[in-house]
Order: sequence, then C-alpha cells, then structure tokens
Amino acid sequence: MFRRLLKDFRFSVLPVPGRVIAVVFFLFLFLFPVISGHPLYMRMFTFASIFAIFAVSWDLLSGYTGLVNFGHALFFGVAAYTTALLYKFLGWQPSVTIPLAVLAATIAGVVTCFPALRLRGPYLSLLTLAFPLMLLGIVMFFKEYTGAEYGIPGLPSLGGSASEQYYICLIAMTASVLIMWKLTDAGSKYVRTGLIFHAIREDEIAARATGINTVRYKMLAFAVGGLFAGLAGALYAHAQGIVGIGSLNLTMSFQAIIWVLFGGAVTIYGGVVGVYTLYPLVFLSRRVQAFFSTIGNALPEVPATVPLVKILEFLHELAGRPYLVLAVIVILILLFMPEGIAVWIRDKIERECPRCKLTNVAWRKECRACGASLH
Amino acid sequence: MIERIIVHTLVSGGVYAILAVGFSLIFGVARVLNMAHTSFYALAAFGTFLLLSPVVGLELAVAPSVIIIIVVVGALGMLAYKLFINPVREHHAAVLLITIALAMIVEEILVWRFGGQNRTIRFLVPGTVDIFGITIVNQNLLTLGVVAVTIVAVWLILSKTRLGIAIRAVANDTEIAGLMGISASRVLMITMGIASALAAIAGVVMAPLTTIVPTMWASPLMTTMVVVIIGGLGSIKGSIIGAFILGFVSALSVLDPLSLLRGGGAYLNMTFTLAAMVIVLIVRPGGLFGTLFEEEKL
Repeated sequence: MFRRLLKDFRFSVLPVPGRVIAVVFFLFLFLFPVISGHPLYMRMFTFASIFAIFAVSWDLLSGYTGLVNFGHALFFGVAAYTTALLYKFLGWQPSVTIPLAVLAATIAGVVTCFPALRLRGPYLSLLTLAFPLMLLGIVMFFKEYTGAEYGIPGLPSLGGSASEQYYICLIAMTASVLIMWKLTDAGSKYVRTGLIFHAIREDEIAARATGINTVRYKMLAFAVGGLFAGLAGALYAHAQGIVGIGSLNLTMSFQAIIWVLFGGAVTIYGGVVGVYTLYPLVFLSRRVQAFFSTIGNALPEVPATVPLVKILEFLHELAGRPYLVLAVIVILILLFMPEGIAVWIRDKIERECPRCKLTNVAWRKECRACGASLH
Repeated sequence: MIERIIVHTLVSGGVYAILAVGFSLIFGVARVLNMAHTSFYALAAFGTFLLLSPVVGLELAVAPSVIIIIVVVGALGMLAYKLFINPVREHHAAVLLITIALAMIVEEILVWRFGGQNRTIRFLVPGTVDIFGITIVNQNLLTLGVVAVTIVAVWLILSKTRLGIAIRAVANDTEIAGLMGISASRVLMITMGIASALAAIAGVVMAPLTTIVPTMWASPLMTTMVVVIIGGLGSIKGSIIGAFILGFVSALSVLDPLSLLRGGGAYLNMTFTLAAMVIVLIVRPGGLFGTLFEEEKL
C-alpha cells in the first residue's frame, strides 16, 4: 500500500510540474502554523481556506454546467444566518448547527434551481442576481431577529485555539476541493457527472438527445454548489464570530466569480489559485499602505515635486483602495488572459504528449513514457 | 395626496424611463447587459456638481455645462465600449463581469477624488408654478420636459435617420447588416455612446433632486434592471411603460400607505420589486413587450 503510494508519487506527481506545485502548496499550508504561527497570517489563511471552498463551489455550479450564477452569496448567506440564528435562539453548538446550515443551503440550491431551469444566458444571471438581494431585504426588515446592519455577534469560534480553527478550515477545504474535483473529473471511470456537466455546457440539446436527463444533473449541480457554498458560509460565520449583511450582498457574489475567473474557470484548482492570490491582496492592503508610508518617511527630506515622492504617494493611495486594484486586475485578466492565470501558467510549463496524452514538462524533447517527439 | 403621487410617478418614472431606454437599447442592439450603465449616470451627476456647484467654484452657465457633461459622458461610454466591452462581447458572463468591474472602478475613483460624503446642489431652475391648483417645483417641470424631449428625440433618431436604420438593422441581424455595408462595430459603439448620453441626461436632471454620493449608481441600476425586465429586454416601448409602473410603485412606497410596514418598508420594497422581476422572468421570460431570441429559448 505504502509502496504503491510512493510509486504513484514518483511516476505521476514528480514529473508533472503542476502537481508538484499543488503538493508543495498543500504541504506549506499544513505546516504553516508550525513554521510561523503569526496570528495575522493565520487568520488570513483561515479565511482564504473558507473562501476557496466558496469559489470552487461556484466553479462547479457555473463553470462546469454553464449556468452562470450571479447570486452565489445566497447559499453562503443562508448557511451563515442559519447557523447564527440557531445558536442565538436555541443555543445549539456549532457541531450541530453547521450541518443544519449546510442542509439549509443545499435546500436553497434545489429551490433556486426550479425557476433557473426555465432560463438561460443573461436572463438566468439576472434571476440569480435577484435572490440574495431579496433575502437581504427580508433580513433588513426583521431587525429584532437578525440585527439588520449590525448583524448577529458573539458566535462561538470553530476550535479552542486559532491553530485548531486553522486546521478545521484547511481540512474542510482540502476535503471539499478533492470531492468537487472527483465529481467534475471528465475522465473518471467511476463518476459520470463530470462528463455530463461538460456535455450540458457545450450543447444541452445534444446532451438531451443522447438520453441524459439534463434537468436532474442541473439540479445536482445546484444542490452540490449550494452544499459547499453553505459549508463555506457556516465556517465563515464562526471563524468571523459575527454574521452581517456582508455575507449576502452583491460584493460577496461577485468575489467568487472574480476569484474563479482570475485563476481559471472550469478547472477547480483555478478557484483555489485565485483565492490564495487575490484574498491576501485585499486582506493585506493596509499593511502594504503602511509599508509605503514607512518608505516615504525613511527618505531624506526632498521637495514634494520629485517624481519618486509622487509615485510613492500614488502607490500609497492605491494600496488604500484594494477594490480598485481588484477591478483593474479583473479587466486585464478578462482582456488578456481569458482562460485564467493558473491555466495560462500551466500551459507554459506543461505539454501533453500528442500520441499517448500523458502530461510532460514543457522543456522535455520527448514524451517520458512513449518517447514520441513533443514538437 | 393624489397630486403628490402623480407628480412623483411622472418625475421618477420619467427618469427611470430615460435610464431604462438606454439600458435596453444597448442590450437590444449589442446583446450587452451593461452593469456600468448607471455609473455614467453617477458620473454625470458628479459632473453637474463639479461644474455648477458654488462649493467648487467653477460656476459656469447652466446650458453649456450641461451640454459639455452629456457629450463627455457619451464619449466616455464609447471609449469604454471600444476598449473593454467590444473584445469580450461574445461571452455574456465576461461582459457582465467587465461592466461590473467598470462600475466598481468608477465608484472607487469618485470616492478617491470627491470623498464619500453626501453632496447636494441647488435646483437648476428656481421657483414653483401652479397648474390646475397644484403647486409644482419648477425643477420637476424641467425634468418632465427633458424626459419628454429626450424620448421623442430617441424615437426620431431610431425611426427616421440613416443612423437609426443602421442601428435597427444591426439589432435585427448583425451579419446581414454587415453584408449591406454597415460597419457593425462602429454602429455598436455609437449606440453605446447614445445609451451613455441618455444616462448622462438622467444624471444631470436628477442631480438637484437627489443626494450625490459615489454609491448612487447601485440602487438605480437595480430599478433599471427590474424596469427593463418587466417591459421586456430590448424593447423601448416596454421600457417606458415599465418605468412608469415602477415610478408609481415607488411613489406609493415613499408615501408609505401601509403603516404596518413603517420603518422597514423601504427594505421590503426592494424585495417585492425584485420578486416582481422574478415572477415576470419565470412566467413570461420575454417581459411584457420583449421578444425572446430563438437561441435563448429552452
């Protein structure tokens, strides 16, 4: 068993740079509390893990099936408010409320599915955009239960200590991403869902003509997408300690889409890459801003007209507006790397053998298995 | 009471109508759902503030500054189309995202340059007038006049001019229009310019009637989308009728006839409006007057 694993590692992980990067990345995440344990970065990676689940669940629902959901925050918010309300009014512990919250989000996914089945394209996007905003209106109306814009504070955290919480979120993320990866693997011998999702996106009528019950699989996509987005929402509620309207508003829905498109849609790992690149950018913007002011202060007294000072001032201002930077990045990515940054990099470092379809390092001249020329 | 409802319906309905016509026009012609549409409205309102407010000091005459604002915002719309929307026009999700990113950029830049506080400017025309015993603020009257003139002008452009015929041809079938010697990309850019100029007109007339803040694009965008979907995406007539329906609803909610919703009525208002949109989408996806394109049917 162990020797087989070792053999797998040597022959199907080590020669493929993408897989090596993934393994190194997860090793880094699992060892991070041991290496550093800086509370700020621990917190940052905890939330990044949660948002990775959220982003990847959007990729599964919208990237794979082409049902572009602009209201993914609905599932996130439903789960977050469910767990918060159950704790506040019934006093139940997270171990009970989180599964119930995930269930609620799954039900929300199935319910959203019914109107969504009738529509496609921009109409579907507008429909899904409306759902979290409708719920937001209801949340604002029942202020005595939900606290409206003040939210529900005082939720218990996920574990006794910060590192326990870190590991809970990290393990949840790893498990969820693995499950979603397997569910959407088009080449899998055991699950057909990946292949069927691809078929629905490419041509739904053709998929139906080959005897696939597309309605059932669309529903499955909504249920699974809702389930994992709900898991992210419930974990977020407890990691943050407070549930506010931020978990339902437009920004939350769009963030998921931005992360996935940045990393690369229809890949699963693209969402993870997107979150771990862009979330620290927003999270650390104040630190970066402070860094620029330190440089500015450390410089000797120079007149304010010197270009360097102007540039520093500009960078300082820019670091204070992370969403501006985010929006510019989104536009640049959509215009110049529409397939996403992770896919772009992967295409640079990996090449598929034309004969045996095995993945090789881009700088090899011959395929590592069959010896066919790669050029 | 009744006259207040009527005036409010006409004024807010008229402004929604201008916004919705622009939104619907660019969707009908280019199949672009432009989430940055009301950003042009916000830009125009800030432009009005910049040029006409005594606080800033650039107190220009009203008429030339209004024309400058409308032309500049229209040109910005064309530029945004050429640079950002045209390259991704075929992918509707990319269009939605890129226009949302544009809206975010506009908001962030406005916050950066003007700060986040509320601002107001005085009415462009002072005084009131009595019509049939109803006292109407002149600004409202001006708004109504501008709305009427604008809608008639758009209708004339679309139905009588060569440009209008080209726009309708491209909306109908881009490929055939290209075969007839119409440059589709140029027509689409001009359409975007017209749509943004319409948003700018709405922004200029609304600027004295509302508070000017960088986030002022969000709520009109929601309303515009609901109006356009109720009226039918791509239908100008539907947009105008939908706008007055929603203007009436918002007039009712402002006067708050249902005292049991007191305090929270404004929030549920959004929920009910969006629920109306969802019901229209489910029951009649083409809206009241819209046409659903064959490839978008299920």
